Amino acid sequence: MKLKSLLSGIALAAVAAAPVSVMPTTGALAADEIYVPLLTYRTGPYAGSGTPIANGMRDYLTMLNERDGGIGGVKINIEECETGYNAQKGVECYEATKGKSPVMYNPYSTGITLQLIPKAAVDKIPILSMGYGLSAAAKGDAFPWIFNMPTTYWGQASAVIKYIGNEVGGMDKLKGKTVGFIYLDVGYGREPIPVFEQLSEKFGYTLKKYPVPGKEMQNQSSQWLNVRRDRPDYMIMWGWGAMNPTAIKEAAKTRFPMEKFIGVWWSGGDDDARPAGPAAKGYKSVNFHATGTDFPALQDILKHVVKTGKSQVSDESKVGENLYNRGVINSVMIAEAIANAQKITGKKVVTGEDVRKGLESMNLSADRLKAIGLDGFTNPIQVTCKNHSGGHPVYIQEWDGKNWKRASDDITPMADVVGPLLDKAAAEYTTKNAPWPKRTEACAS
Amino acid sequence: MFYREAGQFKTSYEADQAIFPILQDKWGLAALAAFAFVVIPLTANDFVLNSIMIPMMVFTLATIGLNVLLGYAGQLSLGTGAFMGVGAYACYKLTTFFPDTNIILLVLASGIFSAGVGIIFGLPSLRIKGLYLAVTTLAAQFFLEWAFIRIPWLYNYNDSGAIEVPQRLAFGIIATGPSATPLTRYMIVLCITVFITWLVSNLIRGRIGRSWMMIRDMDIAAELMGIKPLQAKLSAFAVSSYIAGVSGAMMVFFWLGAAEVESFDINHSFLILFMCILGGLGSLIGSYMGAAFIWVLPILIRAAPAALGITVTAASVEHINFMIVGALIIFFLIAEPAGLARLWQIGKQKLRVWPFPY
Repeated sequence: MKLKSLLSGIALAAVAAAPVSVMPTTGALAADEIYVPLLTYRTGPYAGSGTPIANGMRDYLTMLNERDGGIGGVKINIEECETGYNAQKGVECYEATKGKSPVMYNPYSTGITLQLIPKAAVDKIPILSMGYGLSAAAKGDAFPWIFNMPTTYWGQASAVIKYIGNEVGGMDKLKGKTVGFIYLDVGYGREPIPVFEQLSEKFGYTLKKYPVPGKEMQNQSSQWLNVRRDRPDYMIMWGWGAMNPTAIKEAAKTRFPMEKFIGVWWSGGDDDARPAGPAAKGYKSVNFHATGTDFPALQDILKHVVKTGKSQVSDESKVGENLYNRGVINSVMIAEAIANAQKITGKKVVTGEDVRKGLESMNLSADRLKAIGLDGFTNPIQVTCKNHSGGHPVYIQEWDGKNWKRASDDITPMADVVGPLLDKAAAEYTTKNAPWPKRTEACAS
Repeated sequence: MFYREAGQFKTSYEADQAIFPILQDKWGLAALAAFAFVVIPLTANDFVLNSIMIPMMVFTLATIGLNVLLGYAGQLSLGTGAFMGVGAYACYKLTTFFPDTNIILLVLASGIFSAGVGIIFGLPSLRIKGLYLAVTTLAAQFFLEWAFIRIPWLYNYNDSGAIEVPQRLAFGIIATGPSATPLTRYMIVLCITVFITWLVSNLIRGRIGRSWMMIRDMDIAAELMGIKPLQAKLSAFAVSSYIAGVSGAMMVFFWLGAAEVESFDINHSFLILFMCILGGLGSLIGSYMGAAFIWVLPILIRAAPAALGITVTAASVEHINFMIVGALIIFFLIAEPAGLARLWQIGKQKLRVWPFPY
């Protein structure tokens, strides 16, 4: 009994002392570093998608530290915070790291992004939601602190429809076709629905929706039974984490023609397609960057980070996988924004406000890509004050059973459809969240 | 020696029946209140307020809500998360309709809606008990989660399906939205939690609370003595759901700032249930302890490696976290199945006779 009460007394004392002991850990930071927190997830049901991205992001920044001594001579202090793709934990990570003057956040979850958007302007820390998050954030006037290049979900959705139109022999042939849309039933998966609906009115195809609840994403038999009944001509997927491999396996089981199954770029992990075996051959997903390690920058990652054991990848072959490279391109944008900010302000150690300017004036031209050792890795990406997304072209890739292969030319999203929708959504967001702060930040250059 | 009531004479029945009859307890409580109301606002930084104190208060209130139902009335419920969701969505709709009304009033009013829903899902409790009742409350959990996704009116037809908290005022001060300071939000959450704790502590000592406990201890005997199970059980469901609803509204409006359905899923219900069981069933102070233990411990474990200067990857910390918290829960439940509140009581008892135990 004595031991018991003693132990419990210690535990209670620890709880009581909680606020005191946490305080000194935040805030202490060397002044000559640039602090970049990475909100990642390597645990839970979404780890399958989250881990390669976390590795890619971390390894590229580590490589810059190892090879160049950071950016502009300033070391980057990388800290991962585990969110488990959970919005609550994500906000907790944000609050825990906010005090160390981070230069930007990469939430890697649309749910977390939505919660951080209102905070960004208040805390003066930009948010880079690369190819995810709130589509309307492309409007730089309304969302000066949020960036979602290279293309919004809406732009991507319109590109997929364009691709399907091309496949069936012209947009006018879409009439009478059925397009199925299977999606993770959270904010992320629902985001492209307005575009699909609008385009179905315009082109006359029927849209069938198959929501997959997050909890039951590893059991999609009922959704695929419906798919079998409805016999859609094409299937589009907006999935994440364990939902992706499950969907591809189920599609194979229901004998849905794999070449007519197109995933969002987040459903394009190597580990998403691989588990279904040879049956997954022909599965397609959208992409905006290259796969593989045939680039000087990726060779540098292998040389300076992976071979020296500073990476967390389980195996060297994981470098160059699609989602790994997604993480790399994300970190390229982080690094470019910081370098830009240093150029604009002339300071070495930049702040969140400086990096916002850096993001807004980002111009990843073909020359610049070549200079950083990523020649042809992606289409040039340019961000402007007005347009934080850019509507850059994407392409469709195909799984050949082992690797992703490019399967289409560049597809430019339909700006005429997406543009007005973005305007409307941005206006709606600002009125719903009134009083939404007016943009006071001047446009750089 | 330090904790002795010798010399403290009670000269009236009122003094004898006070919640805290011992002087040291009163001082302790006053010190705690001073700590919560004065010391923390003066010293704590944003992280402590936002990530520790505010969620702790929110979860404490939810735990009190479940404790009313489970600890005092003996009705097992697994739908706390969903009832919190009802409060949050109700508050969101209310503030859409009445944008200029004081947000604190709306938060308190939103509990009424979840009380109504709680009564409906409490009806089966008149016929079924124990684990079977838990299954029907599980139905509430799943049905309400479904409703939060499938009824777009509830989230104002947002494309994202999330409820996003707009800026609202309370007594002329910005209380919600990104511009609200953590201190404002903490003080509001603290006041509401303490106020409801005080209400519940009085409710429990009165006629209604006693009827709940009679139903809990033996419902047939209670019925024979004139307690109506219908009223007792449904009132417990109503009060419990009201408190859960208020805490859900607080969670979204004063802590998260936006929420999707996942914030109110079954895991959330289990979290509250664990806080309730670990803290101690049928104890208000246990509700505070349980919420503090389960919420704060993982944060401490996460902060520990950095504070000690050890580099551990974020994912490993999370894995270690699961193991430590899980092991500690098992340890505490074996060491004292009646929860932290009981440990606290034992500790007090020992202190009374220390240093000469008999």
